[in-house]
Amino acid sequence: MNYLFAHPGIVGAHLLEHLALTASALAIAIVIAVPLGILVNRVRASSAPILGVLGVIYTIPSLALFALLIPLEGLGFMTAVTALAAYAQMILVRNIAAGLDTVPAAQKDAARGLGFSPFQQLVRIELPQALPVMLGGFRIATVSVIGIANIAAWINAGGLGTLLFAGIQQDDPGKIVAGSLASALLAIGADTGLRAIEKRARA
Amino acid sequence: MSAAPVRFERIRAAYEGNTTPAVDEVSLEIPPGALVVLLGPSGCGKTTLLRTVNRMVEPQSGAVFIDDRDVRSEDPTQLRRGIGYVIQAVGLFAHMNVAQNIGIVPDLLGWPQAEIAARVDELLTLVQLDPQVYRSRRPRELSGGQQQRVGVARALAARPRVLLMDEPFGAVDAIVRQSLQDETLRIQRTLGTTTLFVTHDVDEALRIADRIVVMSAGKVVQYDTPLRVLAAPANDYVAQLMESHDGVRRLSVLHAGDAARSAPGLASGTAIDAGATLRAALALLLGGADSLDVIANGTRVGALDFAAIRAAFNQAAG
Repeated sequence: MNYLFAHPGIVGAHLLEHLALTASALAIAIVIAVPLGILVNRVRASSAPILGVLGVIYTIPSLALFALLIPLEGLGFMTAVTALAAYAQMILVRNIAAGLDTVPAAQKDAARGLGFSPFQQLVRIELPQALPVMLGGFRIATVSVIGIANIAAWINAGGLGTLLFAGIQQDDPGKIVAGSLASALLAIGADTGLRAIEKRARA
Repeated sequence: MSAAPVRFERIRAAYEGNTTPAVDEVSLEIPPGALVVLLGPSGCGKTTLLRTVNRMVEPQSGAVFIDDRDVRSEDPTQLRRGIGYVIQAVGLFAHMNVAQNIGIVPDLLGWPQAEIAARVDELLTLVQLDPQVYRSRRPRELSGGQQQRVGVARALAARPRVLLMDEPFGAVDAIVRQSLQDETLRIQRTLGTTTLFVTHDVDEALRIADRIVVMSAGKVVQYDTPLRVLAAPANDYVAQLMESHDGVRRLSVLHAGDAARSAPGLASGTAIDAGATLRAALALLLGGADSLDVIANGTRVGALDFAAIRAAFNQAAG
């Protein structure tokens, strides 16, 4: 606790790094996951291979995934973002596809019969109704990424993990407590905020 | 309001993996403004035939013409915006309110918002839902019958040339179904939109059809007025389907005005509208009236008694 109050600036800076890591990873993850989720929903045959590959990535221990990426991208921020985005894929793609699956067949038939183009049907009928489930997936992915991002410090990507690793090395419980507390609060805050958005989308 | 003729020319439509086609060489002419019912058991091809009109099904051979134009000459999305579409499961968009559901096709067509709002109120009134009350309701807040009223309003919003209804009232209870049938008939008569209506319910077909297309195994077995289908079934299949021997059923397609005898003199006291069915007239006579006054447009045009009903019945049978 003492460390947190003695060095709020340092903890704050790491918190911002952590936020940057998480936000960048999620932004990239969404850009990839939305088309993949739509593909899984639209083309049945694509479901098993896509979810299969993403499932395998998801099961690789995070430390190992960071290590695997070092030869490809080196150390640092971008490598961490890549790994985190890869982790989030499984949760995001699954939930986007599941959300689209909740739209009743009758509504899709009606939309097609009334003269929606395939794109209009997706954007105006299917995605709005899939939104609550998609947001649920986004919330779980966010909380997971905030947690895993702590490991990113191990490859010099910064973030609150820096405090944790330093605390372990220097046998400084103050740093460990400060790092874990900040990361936990960030996760709880994100969860609460996104839950509220999700609830509004359901209404 | 424009009404367009619809013509099917040797339509053959098969589903993938099926050797027998769902629709087999069907040719039909639907006159403009008519309400034509496609009738038959499930699997007879009636829904498939209906869906060739808005290209939800593309036939392997043959062509569909609306207003003498091949439906394939238009982009399917554009084509569908000009054709009303009502399905059994209704399929109202759950995330939109009633007004947004009804206004969706005009919106896709780019109508100004004020015009859409006015059209929505006009249609809600047409399907007898108070715009003030229902405009901003969500679909889940409506009963099954109300949902289908909104479904019909949505299909009519952009003043379609043709209206397709695929077992629209199959999922609502009998009493609601009857009032929906009456309203469909009233609306169809008001707007004069050429309507194709799929059902497997014989009584529904007799109630609303100008003409009935009886289908079996992908083919048209008979295409005739309800009375002719009942009185002169084309074969045993039609006779059985329609239960043509059922005289009471036949009375339900004959009207008081057609059977009335000119009967000068005093009114007998019990009145019946010329448009009412002979089945209703018979019920009144069985209820104790000796004779009925047939009223058309407020004036007495004749009288009806048991003998007149029997005469009309025999004439129809012959």
